[in-house]
Order: sequence, then C-alpha cells, then structure tokens
Amino acid sequence: MINLSLKLPGLSLKNPIMPASGCFGFGHEYSDFYNLSKLGAIILKAATSRERFGNPTPRVAETASGMLNAIGLQNPGVMNIINHEVPFLSQFDTNIIANIAGSTLEEYVEVAKSFNETDQVHALELNISCPNVKEGGIQFGTDPNMAAHVTEAVKKVSQLPVYVKLSPNVTDIISIAKAVEAAGADGLSMINTITGMQIHLPSRKPLIANKTGGLSGPAIKPIAIRMVYEVSQNVNIPIIGMGGIQNAEDVLEFLLAGASAVAVGTANFQNPFVCSEIIDELPKVLEKYGFSSVQEAIGKGIMA
Amino acid sequence: MINKEKMKILSVRSIAHQTIEMVLESEQISKVALPGQFLHIQVGNLTLRRPISIANNCSETGRITILFKVNGQGTNELSSYQSGEMLDILGPLGNGFPLESRSESTVLLIGGGIGVPPLYYLGKTFRCKGIKVISILGFQQANDVFYEDQFSELGETIIVTNDGSYGFKGLVTDVLERISAFDCYYACGPKPMLKALTDKLTDKEGFISLEERMGCGVGACFACVLPTTDGNGYKKICKDGPVFPAREVKL
Ligand SMILES: Cc1cc2nc3c(=O)[nH]c(=O)nc-3n(C[C@H](O)[C@H](O)[C@H](O)COP(=O)(O)OP(=O)(O)OC[C@H]3O[C@@H](n4cnc5c(N)ncnc54)[C@H](O)[C@@H]3O)c2cc1C
Ligand SMILES: Cc1cc2nc3c(=O)[nH]c(=O)nc-3n(C[C@H](O)[C@H](O)[C@H](O)COP(=O)(O)O)c2cc1C
Repeated sequence: MINLSLKLPGLSLKNPIMPASGCFGFGHEYSDFYNLSKLGAIILKAATSRERFGNPTPRVAETASGMLNAIGLQNPGVMNIINHEVPFLSQFDTNIIANIAGSTLEEYVEVAKSFNETDQVHALELNISCPNVKEGGIQFGTDPNMAAHVTEAVKKVSQLPVYVKLSPNVTDIISIAKAVEAAGADGLSMINTITGMQIHLPSRKPLIANKTGGLSGPAIKPIAIRMVYEVSQNVNIPIIGMGGIQNAEDVLEFLLAGASAVAVGTANFQNPFVCSEIIDELPKVLEKYGFSSVQEAIGKGIMA
Repeated sequence: MINKEKMKILSVRSIAHQTIEMVLESEQISKVALPGQFLHIQVGNLTLRRPISIANNCSETGRITILFKVNGQGTNELSSYQSGEMLDILGPLGNGFPLESRSESTVLLIGGGIGVPPLYYLGKTFRCKGIKVISILGFQQANDVFYEDQFSELGETIIVTNDGSYGFKGLVTDVLERISAFDCYYACGPKPMLKALTDKLTDKEGFISLEERMGCGVGACFACVLPTTDGNGYKKICKDGPVFPAREVKL
C-alpha cells in the first residue's frame, strides 16, 4: 500500500492533491463530475471584502502550452462566500482552504477576520500575488517588507494557519519567502501566474482586454519547479507547489523539488476529472520511482 | 448532466469558404443535447477547449453535426481531422433555447455568419412541433453562404450578404420589414448584429445566443461573464447562457 496521506499545519490530507484557487470556483460545477470528498483539499476562489465584478472581457487567451488570464478577482464578497458557498462544500469530507485577497492591508485583515466566523474553513491562502488587479495584490508580493507586514497582520487576527501564496514576478523569491516565514507564515504556496502579454496581429491589439494577464499551464512548470526547489532549500515551512501540473508524474516532480503538496489549476479546464485521475495514478507513479509514501518523496530530488 | 466523451468523426466536408461540416457519433451527449447547447472540443493538445454549437442532433442515431469556420489555430487544426478519428468532447454545455411551454405559432430565426449553426437544430425542432419557421441568414459574401437548402426546407428563408454578391445586399436588420408577422425571434451572431437587432425589435420577445472566449466552459473560471442590464449582476455565458432573453444582458 502506498501512503498518500500527510499532515500540514491545519490540514489532515488524505492525499496531496488540491484544485488551485480560481480554477475550481467554489466546487459546485466540478461536484457534478466526481465526489469532491476524494480531494486532499479544495482551495477556493479568491475572496475580497466586497463583491468584485472583475475585468472586461475577453479575459483569457491561449498561448503556447498555456494560457493567459485576467479575471480580476471576480467574487461575490467574503460574507457571501461564507454564507452561500462554504456550506455547500462542507458536505464533502475534505479540507477547505480559503484564498484571501485585497487592495489594502485593512482589506486583507477584514477578510481574514471574517473567516473566523465559520468553522468549516481549515486554512487561509494569503494571495499577495494576483497580477490582474490595478492596486494592491501583487505589490504586497513583490516587496519583502510589505509581504512580511501583511502576513503578520493577518496572522494576528486569524485563528487559522496561513499559507502565503508567492508571486513569481520577482527577482529574488527567496527573500520574500524568508520574510513571510519570519513574519509567522505557517506555509507557502507557489507559484501564482507569471505576468505576460500577447498581441493579435490583424487588430494589433492585446488578446485580452486587460492588456496583460497571468500565464499558467505547462509553460510555467519549469519556473515553478525551480522556485519551489530554491525556496524549499531556504525555509522550514511546508510548500504547496503548483504551476502547470497535468498528471501524477508532474506531482512527483514537485515533491522531489521540495513541495509537500500540490495544487492543480489550468488542467481542470481541459479535463474536469484531472484531479481525480491524478489521485488514482499517484500511487502507481510513486511506486514506479521507488517511493512507498508521499511523505518519503518530499525533497528527495538529487540536486548535487 | 455533462459528459466527457470520445466521439468518432463520421464525416468532414467543406460547405462554404473556410466552413466545415463535421458529423460526429455520440453515445451519451446526443441523448440529452438541446438546441442552443454547445460542445467544448479538445483539439490536439491545445490548452483550452474550443466551444462549438450543436448544429443538428439526432438522439436516435447518436449523430451530432457541427458547423464551424476556420478562424484561427484551433479551428484550423480541427478542420484537418479526418473521418474515423476520435475527438475528446465535453458536453452538452450551457442552457439551450427555451422550448417548453412556448405558445408561438410563427418564429423568426436570425443568424449571422458562424451564428447560423445553432439555429438549424432549433428550427428543425420548432418545425417538428408544427411551428412555422422563417429564417433570415446573413453572410459576408456569396462564397460564405451555407445551409440555405436546409433552412429552406424548414420554411421561408431570406439570405443577405454584406456586399450583395448573393441574396439581398445589406445586413440582417435591413430585411426585417419583409417579414409579415412573427411571435418571437431567436438570434445568434456577432455582438453588433445582436445589438442592432435587439434595439430594433423592442416590441417583440426574443432570445439571443452569445459568444465569448471561454476557459472551463462549465461555469467555474469566470472568463466569459457579461453584466446584466439591471446593473447589479452578471451572467456566465457558458453556464447561464449562451442563450439569454433579448434584454437581460448588456451587449
Ligand atoms: C457558445 C459558443 C458557440 C460557438 N459556436 C460556433 C459554431 O457553431 N461554429 C463556429 O464556427 N464557431 C462557433 N463559436 C466560435 C468558436 O468557438 C471560435 O471561432 C473558435 O473558438 C476559434 O478558435 P481558434 O483557435 O480557431 O481561434 P483563435 O482566435 O486562435 O482562438 C484563440 C482563443 O480564442 C477563443 N475564441 C476565438 N474566437 C472566439 C469566438 N468567436 N467565441 C468564443 N471564443 C473564441 C478560442 O476558443 C481560443 O481560446 C462558438 C463560440 C461560443 C462561445
Ligand atoms: C483562470 C484563473 C484564475 C485564477 N484565479 C486565482 C485566484 O483567484 N487566486 C489565486 O491565488 N490564484 C489564482 N489563479 C492562479 C492559480 O491558482 C495557480 O497559481 C496558477 O494558475 C498556476 O497553476 P496552473 O499552471 O496549474 O494553473 C488563477 C489561475 C487561472 C488560470
């Protein structure tokens, strides 16, 4: 028997697979495809203090081995999420991780506090890395001091473990990771999308209305692997790795690089069953490469 | 119920300039697919699926027809598939045109370009219910025109081309006066066409089918949203649509 389970701060995972924030909504749609109790955890779409309508359309575009998106954090607001979305998901035997976003420090704090009002959420993912909103978001993720500041403020008010979601749009991701670790982060999640742009030749206009968007999908996997590896060498808190995962082999690659668990984003759009299929395949892949558990594979890449 | 299914391609043929008709063999999706719903098609190993309307469906034989214009990388690659090959398809997606509890005796179908396909399955369904069908189909020019015969079998059909190289010259809105009487209209086409139509046909009930670039196609990713006319909400084209009552959403 291959053991897929593991424990992370606040989370008792039956397997290390979770759908990534923004790529699974609040679970409703995908619950028609398979039983969500199968998942290690579910990371919710970003929550802001009040409802946000997001960016103009088109909001997505195909790229070589990936896609750009600029959804703009559209969500019904934190209280609607707590009252109308979380209760639906709590029927499933899985962990719920709420993704919180904001334009100001005060907004992050307000949203984090709101999640104290439900006992159905097991951890927070602090999104300081959304590239698609004008103010806030990514600013907090590109400056170590601001990243530490918002982490500390959220930790102070929240009863939940906090995983800080890092932006790859930085020169030195290690310094940010260390700063949020020192500020009390319980874990990290990485990577968010990489800012990109694409121009449509006939119209000479950007392919998405927001001009720039976040690149995701297989195209960014090598960058994610490199960053997870570098950061894992420099911090002592667990990492939820993501970026371009499509199958169980990709999951093992993230584990070897130093991630403890993984999130799957864009691949859900192509194959709504992908998380379920990866969970079925993972034991075989671990066994094939000589591991008897997920725990055993974490950080076992031979880099010397 | 949405299924993910491998469909076999039974035939592929060109029916107009850069326009392909493809007949697919479906096990599950065909049984439940309604007019106005669409398929989300995996083409090669592109990251995003491509949304294409169901242009015809026979639930007894399991045959689904799609009609598409070669428009870019995805549709170009799709057009190179041969009969006998398999396609990975998610569907049926979206809500179709409302068909239940409708009492009209004459309907007007208005299609523009690649907006024409879903109207064929719709028109056929109305015809089977004994409802009179009138169609106005607009194209760029003569070599873009397709399915004129098929629509003519359903009822009176007016073809319009932008340059007048076939049928009437002009836009679909230019020939509306020629239609004597109808109870409700059903339209699909480019946004400017739908806007012009809904602005002109304010005294009629109507339903429009919309297009937008999509991500997941099932309502999870919020790529294809549109504000509602009441100013305090939004709709997802893939899940709440693609068909909407004419004045529900802001065009
Ligand atoms: C509900 C729905 C039904 C449709 N039905 C039909 C049909 O029956 N026949 C037909 O020919 N076309 C139809 N379309 C449009 C069709 O999806 C696009 O022409 C096609 O996706 C273009 O892909 P591409 O890779 O060739 O073009 P590219 O421009 O290379 O595509 C790049 C990206 O933009 C998207 N995209 C480009 N144009 C459109 C568009 N007009 N609408 C939505 N997404 C677009 C693509 O899906 C892809 O993600 C429909 C669209 C929707 C939303
Ligand atoms: C359409 C879309 C929406 C996303 N929305 C969010 C979001 O709301 N919050 C967030 O932290 N990350 C968001 N992300 C980033 C993903 O969670 C993930 O970090 C990234 O896409 C990389 O993983 P992938 O390549 O598997 O998609 C979004 C990604 C996509 C494609």
